[in-house]
Amino acid sequence: MQKIKPLDHLILILGALFLCVPVVMALMSSTHAAIDIHSNGLYITPGSHGAETYTKVLTSRGGFTGDVTGLLMLTNSMIMGLGFAVGKIVLSMMAAYALVYFRFRFATLIFWAIFATLLLPLEVRIMPSYQVMSELHLLNTYTGLIVPLLASATGTFFFRQFFRSVPDELLEAARIDGAGPVKFFIDVLVPLSRTMMSAIFIIMFIYGWNQYLWPLLMTTDESFFTLMRGIKSILQVWVGSQIPDYNEAFALAVLAMVPPVAVVVIFQRMFIKGLTESDK
Amino acid sequence: MTDTPLSLAEADSTLFARLRRWWSGETATPVKRVQFDRPLTPWMFLLPQLAVVAIFFYWPSVQAVTSSFYLEDPFGFGATFVGLDNYTEALTSRGYMSTAAFTAFFCVVVTALSLGLGLLLAVKADKVIRGAETYKTLLISVYAIAPPVAGLIGMMFFDMHMGPFTQIAAWFGHDLRVGIDYWDTATALIVISVWKQIPYNFIFFLSGLQSVPVSVREAALIDAKSGWRRFCDITLPLLAPTAFFLLVINITYTMFDTFPIIDVIVKDKPANNPMTLVYKVYLDGFKGNDIGGSSAQSVILMVVVALLTVLQFRFLERRVHYG
Repeated sequence: MQKIKPLDHLILILGALFLCVPVVMALMSSTHAAIDIHSNGLYITPGSHGAETYTKVLTSRGGFTGDVTGLLMLTNSMIMGLGFAVGKIVLSMMAAYALVYFRFRFATLIFWAIFATLLLPLEVRIMPSYQVMSELHLLNTYTGLIVPLLASATGTFFFRQFFRSVPDELLEAARIDGAGPVKFFIDVLVPLSRTMMSAIFIIMFIYGWNQYLWPLLMTTDESFFTLMRGIKSILQVWVGSQIPDYNEAFALAVLAMVPPVAVVVIFQRMFIKGLTESDK
Repeated sequence: MTDTPLSLAEADSTLFARLRRWWSGETATPVKRVQFDRPLTPWMFLLPQLAVVAIFFYWPSVQAVTSSFYLEDPFGFGATFVGLDNYTEALTSRGYMSTAAFTAFFCVVVTALSLGLGLLLAVKADKVIRGAETYKTLLISVYAIAPPVAGLIGMMFFDMHMGPFTQIAAWFGHDLRVGIDYWDTATALIVISVWKQIPYNFIFFLSGLQSVPVSVREAALIDAKSGWRRFCDITLPLLAPTAFFLLVINITYTMFDTFPIIDVIVKDKPANNPMTLVYKVYLDGFKGNDIGGSSAQSVILMVVVALLTVLQFRFLERRVHYG
């Protein structure tokens, strides 16, 4: 096969360093005292203030965000990630099933109406979306945080592609056995889609967990803050303070990135499969 | 579907081929040979998704279009119909035009750099055997980091008191002032946005490379001695569909998903800082309370995005060689 040149490894090592060193430095710096970071810069070695900083960030009220603790924000982020992933899978599997397995009037129109959502990301219609949410009294609710994000058709697109690749014979066999549409969906398609569901679950969990703009608009009540929303608050408090709480900001960043990064690293194979095979 | 990933059948099953088929309306033909024929059941399955799409996509989108023709009282005492005033005001203002110019520049630079670096790393990772899994894990893990977290970490690296990049710039005699100097801030935004996007491009390029069959690789190895020629003549054309797909994704990423990065770095202080059109929509709407103007900008963006998508599907795809 091909010869391996040291240059290839050098490029890969440089690339890995460029990507990972900032993360490692954020992690390490979070275990040092703010004053040390202020005078010495960022650290690449662990310090001795880790336990103290993380305890404060997780449990102390009003450390930097007024009333909310890091633990509560962690819970909210978890609700957001899980709620979004589950909601997305349920909604999009059902819609994709109807689009693929049924012959009905206006099917093409409905198809277009759903897939047009792929064209316009949430960001271009934030102002009117906010107004709609406030008219529906959904500001500062979990429903308001999660459900509007489900409007994009990405998941429906994934499952539609998957269902199309399912052999027709399965449906024929099911019909001969006398299975109706609901039974076929629950007893045949859902078990068949298990791998696809887990792959999409991983991607959607990360997507939901990482949401920033929407929680920023939807939540003014601190008890609904997610970790991403907390990052915004921590920066707003900084303006007045003498020595900014670098360590606490880093600790918050670490809390916000550990779950999704862990998910990607642990389920790497499934994650790549979900990402590349469903997007294609 | 055939066994060789290079066949036209496979190429035709890429996103773009499928999307092109939507555009040409070919979806009218049934997707399955056998289908259920019931009038009500499909609607039952469609109802949740349709309800969410109608309430949270179409209602706001229509509202954006309507309120873009009105001048809303900042205190909420009604609105006056002003026709196209909001549009002309947005399109002729210097602030809007310079933001649009920066957005275009930002898109080109971030897309080019993150695609280029992602491709370089993928080609190298595809070649090495020793440590391949470790490299892969390291290069992919950053994907999961949220843009605001990337922004926060980046902000520390560009911090004026203790940021390593500020110190490095100081060695070269440059006083790096992110958040104050226009081009310093732009540099920081570009570096962070590229950093965040490399893993995504890496994953797709690598899986594209690994789907090239061994027989083709070996044939290429015999035919072309120079690695560079092999790359240009064989690898690149085979990667074209992937690259094309990533191009669309990267442009969308730079236009929309960099919002949190900009928000963390610029922190609502637009003073003399670069920003993208999406960020301006947010600032004018939520901080400036200019609902009409913000909506007009939203509608302009919607048109731009829709046009971009159509253009890409109509023209760019023709140049893509499916091998």
